[in-house]
Amino acid sequence: MSAIGELSTMTRRKGPMTKEEKKANGRDNKAAYVFLLPWLIGLVVITVGPMLMSLYLSFTDYNLLQPPQWVGIDNFVRMFGDARLHNSLRVTFTYVLVGVPLQLAVALVIALVLDKGLRGLPFYRSIFYLPSLLGGSVAVAILWKQIFGTTGLVNQVLAMIGIQGPGWISDPNTALGSIILLHVWTFGSPMIIFLAGLRQIPNMYYEAAEVDGATTLQKFWRITLPMLSPIIFFNLVLQIIGSFQSFTQAFIVSGGNGGPSDSTMFFTLYLYQKGFGQFDMGYASAMAWFLLVIIGAFTAINFIASKYWVFYDD
Amino acid sequence: MTKIQTLPPAAEGQSSKTSKSPRRRESPGNLAFSRNARIKGLIKHAILILVGGIMIYPLLWMVVSSLRPNDLIFREPGLWLNNLEMSNYTDGWSALTHPFGHYMINSAIVVLGSIVGNLISCSMAAYAFARLQFSGKKLFFGIMLLTIMLPFHVVIVPQYILFSQIGWVNTFWPLIVPKLLATDAFFVFLMVQFIRGIPKELDEAARIDGAGHPRIFLRVILPLMVPALATTTIFTFIWTWNDFFGALIYLTDPDMFTVPVALRAFVDSQSATSWGSLFAMSIVSLFPVFLVFLFGQRFLIKGIATTGIK
Repeated sequence: MSAIGELSTMTRRKGPMTKEEKKANGRDNKAAYVFLLPWLIGLVVITVGPMLMSLYLSFTDYNLLQPPQWVGIDNFVRMFGDARLHNSLRVTFTYVLVGVPLQLAVALVIALVLDKGLRGLPFYRSIFYLPSLLGGSVAVAILWKQIFGTTGLVNQVLAMIGIQGPGWISDPNTALGSIILLHVWTFGSPMIIFLAGLRQIPNMYYEAAEVDGATTLQKFWRITLPMLSPIIFFNLVLQIIGSFQSFTQAFIVSGGNGGPSDSTMFFTLYLYQKGFGQFDMGYASAMAWFLLVIIGAFTAINFIASKYWVFYDD
Repeated sequence: MTKIQTLPPAAEGQSSKTSKSPRRRESPGNLAFSRNARIKGLIKHAILILVGGIMIYPLLWMVVSSLRPNDLIFREPGLWLNNLEMSNYTDGWSALTHPFGHYMINSAIVVLGSIVGNLISCSMAAYAFARLQFSGKKLFFGIMLLTIMLPFHVVIVPQYILFSQIGWVNTFWPLIVPKLLATDAFFVFLMVQFIRGIPKELDEAARIDGAGHPRIFLRVILPLMVPALATTTIFTFIWTWNDFFGALIYLTDPDMFTVPVALRAFVDSQSATSWGSLFAMSIVSLFPVFLVFLFGQRFLIKGIATTGIK
């Protein structure tokens, strides 16, 4: 079961402890905490402590040199009137809302084509998977910068058929599109999750449908899609959370400034500029918490909406 | 004729009833059906080769371009090579303050530290969650699952403040120490899943023989969870090798640069004319990941398929 599946069953099952659990309770406490010690220290020092600290800092003015000064909700008020921040939200939302569905759709289509014991499956799978391992690297971002440049590979190919392409990453209208394409290019890992999911659909459903004379399309809509919906949901949640945090590609492709004219200024890039460019740590912390709230809201909406379209077999 | 026509469907029905394989077999008797299936198969292969070709082409082109004189990169979209130009590699290797190998070694140190850290800390936590009963287990387990989804940016500012106050900026510690503390909760989860699949009888047998938890963990569980450890090693390798954000924040001294930040410095320092050497070093930087992919693919795919991650 996936981490998300486990979380949702944990919240669903809240009965009293069984006798066995009660009896076992406390038996291994000492050993357990020894084994958990590194994780517990990490939780306090690296995760929860800094989280609370950044919550505090978000109400302060802090530049690393002078001690933090309490400014109340000033940072949040500033965010409200910060046009560049609004723009960065728009860029990030476009990236997430276009890139994620597109990537998952490609992943699903290729997984469907790959399913059903196609000859050469391991070979194809490797080819499709490789980009998702390399996609997060600076090296591939550099490649992208060249490919979609004014004299890049894309325009060289277009020139062969007589089209003069724009400078994709130097044009504010197409720069974000090039980065979204890079995200779609990494469809390999959700594809593998889809493939694993497709394997688990019992063949008898398809056989029964065939007996009833169902068409391929009907089988897809009535069997494959509902049976795969938990996997689609899982991919959706994870990809949305991950995409909101996208940073490297936009940073490298734009040369660190989110350009041209802020068209690739992702929220995380703006956060980095505020925090580590201008050392406006209070504001950066407020932005970080805002990001957490946005991601949390999206995940919550996802979970609520899932009740209407995700189908659980059990 | 009628016999031949009526027979195959019956045979087909029977074979699909008896066969437990998830893949349907085409009945050899039905010519029209198998022809149809063959055309379908050909179309599928055509689609896959086309899509796969488009996807891989930029990578191949980068490799080929790195072996070409610089000016060709801007006007040669093809893949054929007249002669091998190695100067991009020699130029790129020494283009920055240090030879590129220096950054590779830095990256290797961080990667090695992260792998060791993840293997030890995550497997310990996973053993506790999968095998031991203790108070607060459910709560902690839930928190652990939640931290998998926590955006890194929420903690980065205070983490930076913390590490800069103890003088760890421009050291590798901020990149390694969190791994020693099992903050890559994803791997804890992966290992918990794996340990749950190991029969409990093995633990019981060891316990009857008088083994305590450390002994059961080291002698029974760890040797059996080698596949999960391999998956963890491989993913940690790739993620750490590619990690840009952490290195960008903590490593500002060129002495300490890892490969991603060195490449970034390379992009910034060069005018647009030296794409050849930039490509060459990009390929050098991707090479270890490619090797790991080649030999560790089995573990990668299994890891993704069973736990579903990026």
